[in-house]
Amino acid sequence: MVAAADADRTLDTFPKYLLLNADRYGNRPAMRHKDYGIWQSWTWAQQLAEVRAFALGLETLGLARGDKVAVVGANRPRLYWSFAAIQSLGGVPVPVYADSVAEEMAYVLDHAEVKFAVAQDQEQVDKLLSVSDSVPSLMHIVYDEPRGLRDYDHTHLHSYGELRETGLAAVSASSDALKRWEASLAAGTGDDLGIILYTSGTTGRPKGVMLSNDNLVKSALHGNAFDNLGVDETTIAYLPLAWVGDHVFSYSQSYTAGYCVSCPESPETVTEDRREIAPTYFFAPPRVFEGLLTAIMVRMEDAGPLKKRMFDYFIAHARKVGEPILNGESVGFWDRVKYGLGDLMVFGPLKNRMGLSRMRVGYTAGEAIGPELFRFYRALGLNLKQLYGQTEACVYITAQPDGKIRADTVGLPSPGVDVKIADNGEVLYRSDGVFIGYYKNEEATRATKTEDGWVHTGDAGLFDAEGHLKIIDRAKDVGKLRSGALFAPKYIENKLKFYPDVKEVVAFGDGRDFCAVFINIDLESVGSWAERNNVSYGSYQELAGHPDVYKTMAAHVDAVNRSLAEEELMAASQIRRFLVLHKELDADDGELTRTQKVRRSFISERYGELIEALYDGTSEKRVETEVTFEDGRKGSLKALVRIVDTHVYGLDPKPMREAAE
Amino acid sequence: MNRAVNPRDLNVHHDDGVAKGDVLLEVKDVSLRFGGVKAITKISFDVRKGEIRAIIGPNGAGKTSMLNVINGFYTPQEGTITFRGVERRAMRTTDAARQGIARTFQNIALFKGMTTLDNIMTGRITLQKSNIFAQAIWRGPALREELEHRHRVEEIIDFLEIQHIRKVPVGRLPYGLQKRVELGRALAAEPALLLLDEPMAGMNLEEKEDMSRFILDVNSQFGTTIALIEHDMGVVMDISDRVVVLDYGRKIGDGSPDEVSKNQDVIDAYLGVPHE
Repeated sequence: MVAAADADRTLDTFPKYLLLNADRYGNRPAMRHKDYGIWQSWTWAQQLAEVRAFALGLETLGLARGDKVAVVGANRPRLYWSFAAIQSLGGVPVPVYADSVAEEMAYVLDHAEVKFAVAQDQEQVDKLLSVSDSVPSLMHIVYDEPRGLRDYDHTHLHSYGELRETGLAAVSASSDALKRWEASLAAGTGDDLGIILYTSGTTGRPKGVMLSNDNLVKSALHGNAFDNLGVDETTIAYLPLAWVGDHVFSYSQSYTAGYCVSCPESPETVTEDRREIAPTYFFAPPRVFEGLLTAIMVRMEDAGPLKKRMFDYFIAHARKVGEPILNGESVGFWDRVKYGLGDLMVFGPLKNRMGLSRMRVGYTAGEAIGPELFRFYRALGLNLKQLYGQTEACVYITAQPDGKIRADTVGLPSPGVDVKIADNGEVLYRSDGVFIGYYKNEEATRATKTEDGWVHTGDAGLFDAEGHLKIIDRAKDVGKLRSGALFAPKYIENKLKFYPDVKEVVAFGDGRDFCAVFINIDLESVGSWAERNNVSYGSYQELAGHPDVYKTMAAHVDAVNRSLAEEELMAASQIRRFLVLHKELDADDGELTRTQKVRRSFISERYGELIEALYDGTSEKRVETEVTFEDGRKGSLKALVRIVDTHVYGLDPKPMREAAE
Repeated sequence: MNRAVNPRDLNVHHDDGVAKGDVLLEVKDVSLRFGGVKAITKISFDVRKGEIRAIIGPNGAGKTSMLNVINGFYTPQEGTITFRGVERRAMRTTDAARQGIARTFQNIALFKGMTTLDNIMTGRITLQKSNIFAQAIWRGPALREELEHRHRVEEIIDFLEIQHIRKVPVGRLPYGLQKRVELGRALAAEPALLLLDEPMAGMNLEEKEDMSRFILDVNSQFGTTIALIEHDMGVVMDISDRVVVLDYGRKIGDGSPDEVSKNQDVIDAYLGVPHE
């Protein structure tokens, strides 16, 4: 039995929590890993023994206080143990994205001045060896899986298994080693640098975010309290080790709450493994939820007519009453009965298939989730919530509390976090989790973190009437219409992009009289619509200019305008004119980045004529655009593009320019 | 919690008294005819323990016939085959399997309706000791034996990185993965000599790279001797230790990849000879 006082004890480092957990939860599972098709598990007592053995092994390599140690590989127990082992010796783990290419890895390792690296397998070892010349500080590499590494030169290469054996031998040989390790562990404090996490860096070089033990412990405790996470939770660790979310959910919160973390067999088996584990606490970026839903819908298309009808009927019912039931609102008796029946026949098996049947708390973050997608999962009775976070904040900035969920907000400020909106619309926060600084980058630290501890998120946002934060755009992209009203292009673009037949949108309006957009249709989706409706077309360009396509897009724009009209700050940004672009925006032509993000400045240069046409009132424009083919040849595309006026709600129907005349 | 398994444990056929580098299989003056058609004419070569030996040649050169002779499917009219120092003119396929010769096929020959796991388990069949009745009752020794076999099979699944298709019927798998499962089944027999009939046929570049790596890993980790037939010259030159070249049933070259690629007869056979 766990004494109540014990469960509430707070400590300042994770290795100290490890000792505490081995004491208070000694026989409870701490970690699972599927290996050779069977779930292996380790109790907290065993986990302590593993961490201690590896720490003592690392010590023989000469790891000293303050040394940086790279950790690179997939979600494996041994890599998680190496975090605690390194920290127990006063070292600083630096997890590195396992899929990063050699030169990216070289930059991070060199910048962090790592002396040691713990790698999962041959692939990672090869990468490390290939960059070792440009990382002069790197002394020793430790690997977990020996396969393929037998014939390598082992002067600077060490097997995890052997270091572990060395550590175990040291413990059984004398009590000195044990005492020495415990003393080193006890010397760690909350102010110490706990970990350096490199941000993936969409712009420029990655930056090393330094987080103290206090940052992580306190954030984890706040998170545990907010969602009532206790020792009985189970989670599956499948997101990159170098990502702050995984570090908090699979390490910090597990150590502080004492719950068990399961590692999948391989990245390809995550879905199946999750089904077997059935996590109670689960995190996934929107694309995972999207992939799950698509897989289900595709399979339902192949189902028998009876099953299909049953599925459609109950899902429609769930969309109606599922969310109110989840939020604890009052719902009619018969609707509840019908929902219960649906749960028995459809939702239950569905949740089981997705491995979410025991999910008590689920989060999605990282990017905006489509409201339809979000509501679908909530309608099934899954407590899926959104949160807004950053590496610099140890994840938590805002999160949605149970029962107060809206698809378009990211929730209330998390416990212990102050959030405010700067004059330019940027979201600022201050909390226990706020990072120490960027490693070896004073300039960036000063630019991000103010003297009194406020951190610039770089995102523009606003609070709604009930105090929920809504993120609208990157702060640097937010502008103003000529009338002075706020203009957030991405916010408008995202609203349109949630329609499956819209692939990309570019909104204009900064310094202009009104908002107007380019729309790129999704060829796959619109193409399948054309096939079903006997619409024949010869090219992308022809399909994009089809009157029926324009009609559909006009309906989407109208719906977006209606929803914008309801929002005080955004009403002025209703779309007055739009056109459907005659060519698909393409990274080969430089219109998108390689990560499929719109390059606004490039597009406004390239399509200057069309932008002018949006604002000068013409209804048709003949243009010629240069295109690059896949083999590098250049060609040109001629097209007649139509520009359509749309209806706005609650605004002067005439744009300002004409009103002023 | 001891997960460390020595990969060499996988190979029961390895303690066969043949030291690494010695001749494991010797083919001497073998000729094979189908009626009047001469498939193979007086071919001699050897396979040394621990090496990767490639048999190459243009279409119809007699490569697959040679493989079928080695594993006992065809009985040659002339010549001898010496495997592990024991000479015989012919052996039955089942004998070959029991003696430690396993193979894969040019056209995949898996049980399409069975899962990956079950298919690989069938590779253990020659190693099973308990009789069919004991296995049916599935208690005591038979159960322990099955667990042991399953453990070995799981090691192979782990080795070939096919955990995600463990329970998938192989008929539903893409071609490249089926090839990998077939390799897994051959490995499950813990062979002393592994015969691969065009392991890369019909694969894209990435699949070929993967398969090459698995073949090299099988050779280096398990120490398995491998004889393979392959069309893709690039692959053959990269991974094999020695190459024997056949053309119209005759041997026209034998040696290291470098040597055979400089051999004029081989170049002529592959590129054709101008008629004067």
